[in-house]
Amino acid sequence: MVENRPWANLIAHLVLIAGVALVVFPVYVAIIASTHSLSGLLQGTLPLLPGDQGIENYKLMWQSGVSNAGAPPAGLMLWNSFVMAMAITVGKLFISLLSAFAIVYFRFRFRMFFFWLIFVTLMLPVEVRIIPTFQVVADLNMLNSFAGLSIPLIASATATFLFRQFFMTIPEEMLEAARVDGAGPLKFFKDILMPLSVTNIAALFVIMFIYGWNQYLWPLIITTDPDYYTIVMGIQRMTSEENPQWHLVMAALVMAALPPVLVILFMQRLFVKGLTETEK
Amino acid sequence: MASITLEGLKKTYSGDVHAVKGVDLQIEDGEFVVLVGPSGCGKSTLLRMVAGLETITDGTLKIGERVVNKLEPAERDIAMVFQNYALYPHMTVYNNLAYGLKNRGFKKDEIEKRVRVAAQMLEIEEFLERKPRKLSGGQRQRVAMGRALVRDPAAFLFDEPLSNLDAKLRVQMRVEIKQLQRRLKTTSLYVTHDQLEAMTLGDRLVVLNAGQIEQVGSPMEIYARPATMFVAGFIGSPAMNMLPVDYLKTQGANGLLDNLPEGTDIVGIRPDDMHLTPPSATHLTVDSTLALFEAAGAESHLYVNLADSDQPTVIRVSGQPPVAEGETLRFYVTRDALHPFNSVTGKRTENVISERAIEA
Repeated sequence: MVENRPWANLIAHLVLIAGVALVVFPVYVAIIASTHSLSGLLQGTLPLLPGDQGIENYKLMWQSGVSNAGAPPAGLMLWNSFVMAMAITVGKLFISLLSAFAIVYFRFRFRMFFFWLIFVTLMLPVEVRIIPTFQVVADLNMLNSFAGLSIPLIASATATFLFRQFFMTIPEEMLEAARVDGAGPLKFFKDILMPLSVTNIAALFVIMFIYGWNQYLWPLIITTDPDYYTIVMGIQRMTSEENPQWHLVMAALVMAALPPVLVILFMQRLFVKGLTETEK
Repeated sequence: MASITLEGLKKTYSGDVHAVKGVDLQIEDGEFVVLVGPSGCGKSTLLRMVAGLETITDGTLKIGERVVNKLEPAERDIAMVFQNYALYPHMTVYNNLAYGLKNRGFKKDEIEKRVRVAAQMLEIEEFLERKPRKLSGGQRQRVAMGRALVRDPAAFLFDEPLSNLDAKLRVQMRVEIKQLQRRLKTTSLYVTHDQLEAMTLGDRLVVLNAGQIEQVGSPMEIYARPATMFVAGFIGSPAMNMLPVDYLKTQGANGLLDNLPEGTDIVGIRPDDMHLTPPSATHLTVDSTLALFEAAGAESHLYVNLADSDQPTVIRVSGQPPVAEGETLRFYVTRDALHPFNSVTGKRTENVISERAIEA
């Protein structure tokens, strides 16, 4: 703000602080709850100060899980989630980059038709096509496998569309200069398009990773083997028990929230850099 | 280094849009040829066809002895400087220059050597490790030139390379481009819409209009004997005045207009050739009123209303105008300052044969 009005500043800060508190409070409660014993949590009032069971809770959840509730050790579930989210993210980026490249830079028959085809699939969420997709995956014997968890979710109209929009903003002379400089299509893609897209890739990486990490319905449907349970599924299973062990649920929850946070922190440097240094 | 030969080059876009309607042109080895014309005349399209960025609908294009119609730009042994420079924003200046060489499989030390030499020639050595966005417009322009230079190609193609620079820098870079081309003696094809840039840079000018060549010749030939009314109006600033012969006859013509070439109904007179003092040779005398004048330092442009006519006319005089705005101004024109044209064909009517001789 250019003006210096103390009252406006104060009000703005109060609103912001209230907003942050509203968002942070549940997270705080979850962290606190994960350090108490179950009996401590069920006393009627929710404790707001850390308990003494923290280390035991996390250790138990990490190493053995709650097998009678259908939740294998959190370590395994986190790993499964991580593999699935990474496969989805990397696969999505790879395919959408290439297809956007094809759609923007190559003149082939039915180019616009394919573009609209991709665009139309934007309107179809996973849930709409879940039954046929399940059928296909089952027929291909991909149930209970990482391939089955990730491949059906990889195709991404959103990312393709965003990359297409970005590629169209790159001046055509860039391609022409590269052609004069003797770079073929793939070289142009690798040497010029990819480095220019780093910011977009970083931003989409975060979005896609969280999308993959938060997948719930699809893993629930295609996995029956606890070795392939993901953390989001596991938490859901633990809470739908008759007497949920809330302290362990909370511990799993905190662990499940960490990887996306780490991904954001790591990728943030890339896209903040891209945002401040506008390249032209 | 090589000559470039264009034979009946045509470009037709879908929907029957004829951007280039058959261009024949021979560019000699080491020559600096400027394609000039208004926007939309097809000059850029023609250049891009030579570069290989635009397909050739019809005709033959040779670089040296090789027909290159179907070759990729990289295989044509040309280098191009783009209007917006098209530098790779994520690469340092060094890598921008080296990229084309790397793709051609040059050895590392050879690349290093060539980049250093080019950078020295263009005085951009100190920027080699910078990214393009940290450079000013003029420096980017140099890098773009450097990228063409390092390759030591058969021909340079320039697509309005100076139009993004401010006026002062443009003049400076114009001189540098010309000196550089003189030194390297690389065949160059340069596109511009700026007639002054064209006049000062080119060994030969090719004036294009609506996808066709209007006239080819050295800048002074074209200035002195424009072949068409279009060229007459386009080359030279302020533009040539076009006055109907019938009108001039009603003024003090004293027989000067009697022996104009057959078919002449319009004469062009350059603003510089309208004198405010009577010359000793036989001359026309025309009365006018000074409507407005622009003082441009050493010279002034006088916008006058001719007596009994609504033809807008400009006179260029050195120094200040002798009369105030609104007052009467009499000017004189000698016979050799008249460019005779036919308004129907748009062509110069004078002695067609001798004109051919000049072009050849």
